[in-house]
Amino acid sequence: MILKGRAWIFGDGISTDHIAPGRYFHLRTNLPELAKHVLEDANADFASEMQPGDFVVAGRNFGLGSSREHAPRIIKLAGVSAVLAQSFARIFFRNSINVGLPVLELDTSSISQGDELEVDLEAGAVRNLTSGETLSFAPLPAVMVKILDDGGLVEHFRKHGDFNL
Amino acid sequence: MASTLAEKIIAAHVGREVSPGEIVVTGVDVAALQDGTGPLALQQLEELDMLRAVNPEKTILFIDHAAPSPRKELSNAHKSLRDFAAATGAVLSEINEGVCHQRLVESFSSPGDIVIGADSHTCTSGALGAFATGMGSTDVAIGIATGKTWLKVPETMLVNVSGSFGEGVYAKDLILYLIGEIGADGATYMALEFAGPGVEAMTMSDRLTIANMAVEAGAKTGLFAADEKTAAFLEEQGRAGDFKEIAADPDADYSHTFAIDAGELVPMVSAPHTVDNTVTAAEASGRKLDQVYIGTCTNGRIEDLRVAAGILRGRQRNPSTRLIVTPGSRSVYLKAAAEGLLADFVEAGAMVTGTGCGACVGVHGGILGDGEVCLATQNRNFQGRMGNAEAFIYLSSPATAAASAIAGKIVDPREFSG
Ligand code: SF4
Repeated sequence: MILKGRAWIFGDGISTDHIAPGRYFHLRTNLPELAKHVLEDANADFASEMQPGDFVVAGRNFGLGSSREHAPRIIKLAGVSAVLAQSFARIFFRNSINVGLPVLELDTSSISQGDELEVDLEAGAVRNLTSGETLSFAPLPAVMVKILDDGGLVEHFRKHGDFNL
Repeated sequence: MASTLAEKIIAAHVGREVSPGEIVVTGVDVAALQDGTGPLALQQLEELDMLRAVNPEKTILFIDHAAPSPRKELSNAHKSLRDFAAATGAVLSEINEGVCHQRLVESFSSPGDIVIGADSHTCTSGALGAFATGMGSTDVAIGIATGKTWLKVPETMLVNVSGSFGEGVYAKDLILYLIGEIGADGATYMALEFAGPGVEAMTMSDRLTIANMAVEAGAKTGLFAADEKTAAFLEEQGRAGDFKEIAADPDADYSHTFAIDAGELVPMVSAPHTVDNTVTAAEASGRKLDQVYIGTCTNGRIEDLRVAAGILRGRQRNPSTRLIVTPGSRSVYLKAAAEGLLADFVEAGAMVTGTGCGACVGVHGGILGDGEVCLATQNRNFQGRMGNAEAFIYLSSPATAAASAIAGKIVDPREFSG
């Protein structure tokens, strides 16, 4: 699958409190509303200005903190096609796969705000159309590819009726 | 093959030896949801037409994050948890019964268990020798309905503790120091295993504080061997029968090791906005405080309240620093009342709230104003954590928090004489 969009740059240590702030706790049962505040505490303009298909591009340890699955869900719901980061906190990483949000680990330091990116999930390549550079990312662990391919954990269970890893 | 604690517990569940990196599907002993993550989990089960709990007496739904409910959306979320419990026989932990992780160790988690909870600090139960880990709503939902989950067997980092804490230094200072040293991603997807003479000497309360914060270094879980201290703790909870001795093999293979001399530690604080941004309390001293918060799953136990009340007794909070105290569970609350600690707090000018997560997660009960500074005994100081991204949160032990509430600014509790 080829994903295309612009890069939105975030720093290191973006926590689930940045992504889905506690003050919107009451919106956790209303994800479309919560998605309007996605990443608000890291970049107040992001939710209103991003275009469907755009990428979240971050530094180290993206998604650290709470286990709230609402965080990857609202990133996906907002229309982000994938999160590219130097590394991810593991609960967030697993939740992302479970909800069908591609999360790619690579050196993001050469990507700039607004760069046009093209991501080839199968080939493991990120083409930066603005700079001309091509970056590669490590393939996801095989068990996660299975869950992601099925469309997330719920779909995996619907299809197989059990874990089929 | 010699095994670490994590490997041992997983191996006992899957019926064969396991090594780091391997993926296993394993049985789950305890599964927990709370009011922030539970409604989504139940929605997922409904979608799968699997609204059931295969092990209802070990499926616990906690109403603790927004308890009692401050608004109708949350009241409705609470209703969904109550309805599921009524329909399936799962355990409902109502408002004021306590914070999920404190309740789990009091009544549900046992040594050798695999515990999954839709809350990142589920690792707290590791203090009892349980492989306990936080997951998302969907993972725990599947665990509840099928009794199973998948895990990648983690590598283990051994944290070898020697020595004992000096005056004014506590388990919280140790874990803040460790996270400061290895970083917020220093143990990503590893099990942290705490051992050594310094650990044997620790109280269960100390171990719980440390295990609670394993995830703040990115760890999958934070484990302690189950020994006579664990046995005594379970007996106190009326659960002597749940004890089982469990320890790593002496020649187990650790991917990393880290040594700490507890006797060398000093009071620490984490400065805004990351837990690994640690400095000594002395270095942070003088920072003016608008609020001090004592409680949470990290430091809301009776031992914590005794330390704080011991410092506050007969003194007054600083007039410009408000003080909120939230006992971690009903049993802690009742003990604190019986020992007169709640009166000590109120006399010192504190507000004592019912049990629960309260101010920690920024939902209600102590939200900070713009530019305000709080010193809290919780486990996270992320931007926006206490409900306002324009506020600043420092983390410390209950002793540092209590002394600082009196001073109205951060102080080293060892140098403090109200
Ligand atoms: S007290 Fe704070 S950290 Fe602990 S479970 Fe509640 S919200 Fe989470």
